[in-house]
Amino acid sequence: MTTAIFPSAAAMSATAAATSATATRPPRGVLPGFGISLGFTLSYLSLLVLIPLAALFLRVAGLGPAGIWHELSSPRVLHALGLSFGGALAAAAINSVFGTLIAWTFVRYEFPLKKIFHAMIDLPFALPTAVAGIALTALYSEHGWLGAPLAQLGIKVAYTPLGIIIAMVFIGLPFVVRTLEPVLEEFEPQFEEAAATLGASRRQTVARVIFPCLVPALLTGTALAFARAVGEYGSIIFIAGNLQNVSEIAPLLIMIRLDEFNYGGATAIAAAMLILSFAMLFGINVLQAWSRRHG
Amino acid sequence: MVRRYRSAMSDPAPARWLLIAVTLGFLGVFLLLPLITVFVQALWQGIGTYWNALAEEDTRAAIRLTLLTAAIAVPLNTLFGVAAAWTVAKFEFPGKNLLTTLIDLPFSVSPVIAGMVFVLLFGAQGWFGPWLSAHDIKIVFALPGIVLATTFVTFPFVARELIPLMQAQGTEEEQAAMTLGAGGLRTFWHVTMPNIRWGLFYGVLLCNARAMGEFGAVSVVSGHIRGFTNTLPLHVEALYSDPGEYSAAFAVSSLLALLGFVTLMLKNFLEWRHGDELAALRGKA
Repeated sequence: MTTAIFPSAAAMSATAAATSATATRPPRGVLPGFGISLGFTLSYLSLLVLIPLAALFLRVAGLGPAGIWHELSSPRVLHALGLSFGGALAAAAINSVFGTLIAWTFVRYEFPLKKIFHAMIDLPFALPTAVAGIALTALYSEHGWLGAPLAQLGIKVAYTPLGIIIAMVFIGLPFVVRTLEPVLEEFEPQFEEAAATLGASRRQTVARVIFPCLVPALLTGTALAFARAVGEYGSIIFIAGNLQNVSEIAPLLIMIRLDEFNYGGATAIAAAMLILSFAMLFGINVLQAWSRRHG
Repeated sequence: MVRRYRSAMSDPAPARWLLIAVTLGFLGVFLLLPLITVFVQALWQGIGTYWNALAEEDTRAAIRLTLLTAAIAVPLNTLFGVAAAWTVAKFEFPGKNLLTTLIDLPFSVSPVIAGMVFVLLFGAQGWFGPWLSAHDIKIVFALPGIVLATTFVTFPFVARELIPLMQAQGTEEEQAAMTLGAGGLRTFWHVTMPNIRWGLFYGVLLCNARAMGEFGAVSVVSGHIRGFTNTLPLHVEALYSDPGEYSAAFAVSSLLALLGFVTLMLKNFLEWRHGDELAALRGKA
C-alpha cells in the first residue's frame, strides 16, 4: 500500500520515484483533459467522501461541547475506545516484530515452498473480513484446533480481548511485510561489507547498520496496520464475544448506537475515532520525517 | 580474519533456520490455518449439505446482490481512478499533494463509519430523509445505500495503483503522439492505455475483491433482510448466527474464500508476468 496518508509520507512513497519526471514535465496545457479530469475527480471525491464526512462532523458539532462530553464520558464508550486503540497498538507492535522477521526471511533466504507462502501474505487483503472472522472464531473457540490446546493451558482466546488482538494481527500483517520488503531488497550490500571489513560482528551490523535504514518503512507499515486495526469490524466481532465493558470494540458500539437510533451517540464516537486516528497517523508521520533526517 | 568477515556478512545457520521456522510457523498459524478451517468446516457435514447451502434461494439472492453491487461500484471507481491518475500524474497544479492525500482518506476511515455517513444523510432521521420518504425514494436499507457504502470503502484502490505508475511514465510519449497530430482521446487510448493496462487490471482486481467482500460498511446500510438486502458476507453472518446453519455459513464462506484465492493467484501472476510494468507499484500491497 502506498504511504500517502499525509503529504509528507506521500513524498516518500512511490511518488518519490517520479520526482525526476516532475522536473522535465512541461507546463500544464500541453496535454488535453486537465479541466475535465480535475473537475470529475473533485466532484466525485466531494460527493462520495468529503461531503458525507463533513455531514458527520457537522452533526457532532450540533451536539455542543456538553453533549459531546455526555456521549463520550460514559465508562462503556471509554472502554470501547480504549479497547480499539489499545488492541490496535498491541497488534501493530506484534506485527512490527514478526513482520520484520518475515520480510527479512523472504528477502534473504531460500527455503521450500517459499513462493506459495509468499503469495499467502496478502491473504488478509483478499479474504473477506466476515469469513476471516468466523474462521478465526472456529479455530480459537474452546473446541477449535488451536483453542482446545490453549484452553488446556488455561488460555482463553475466543470471546476475550486476546481474540480481538489475534484478529487485528491477522488483518494488519501484510501492511508491515509489504512495506518493508522493497526497502530490504534495495538495501546495498556495500554497507554490510563496509561494516564487516571495519570489524563489526553480525549482530552489530544488523543492529546498527541495517535496522536504522528500515525504521522509516517500519513506522509506515506499522502505522498502516494500526489504522486498519482501529477501524476493523468484520474480522473482529465474531471472535470478540462483544461483552459490554470487556470485549466491545468502538465500531461495534457505533453500530449499537445506530440500531438504537441514537445518532448523536454514534456520531460522537465516530468523530472521536477519526480525530484520534488522524492525530496518531500525523504523529507517526512527524516521527518518520524526524527518523529519516537523523537516521 | 576471513571467517570473521564472512560471519559479519551473513547470518549464522542456526539464526537462519530459526527465522525460517518462525516465519513458516507464524504464517501457518495466522494465515494458512484459518483458510483451511473454512473449507474443512464447510464440508464437515458432507457434500450434500454443502451443495444445499449454496443452492438455497437466499444464497442465490445474496450472490446476485453481491455481483450487482460490484458491477456498479467497481466501474465507477475505475473511471474515477483513471481520471484522478490522469490529473495528478500528468499535470502540475497547486494542492496536488492535498488531493493525493484526500484520495487515500477512505482507507483510514472505519468501514462502520463509512456506512454510517450515508445513514446520516439519507436515513429516516437523516438530512435528506424527509424529502426522500416524501418522494418514496429508498436509499438506506436498499440497493443504492449498499452501492454507496461499497463505493466509499473501495474508492482509492484503482487511483492509488495508477498514480505512481503514470507518474513514473511521465508525459513524453503522449506529447509525441499529440505533436504527430493524434487527438486527446486517441492519444489516451493508443498511447497511455497500453502502458497502464496491467496496473489498471491490478487495481480493478483489488477493488473488486474488497467490493464483493465488504462487510462492515454494508452491514450499516443494508437492513439485513434475508433474500433482499443481504450481500454474501452479510448472508454468512445471518447463517452463522443461526446454530442450525453453522456448516451452511462456512459453505457460503468457502465461495468468498475462493474469490479471495483467485484474487491472490491473479495478483501474483500479474506481479510475476508483468512485474516490470508494475515496477512502480513495488512495495505496495
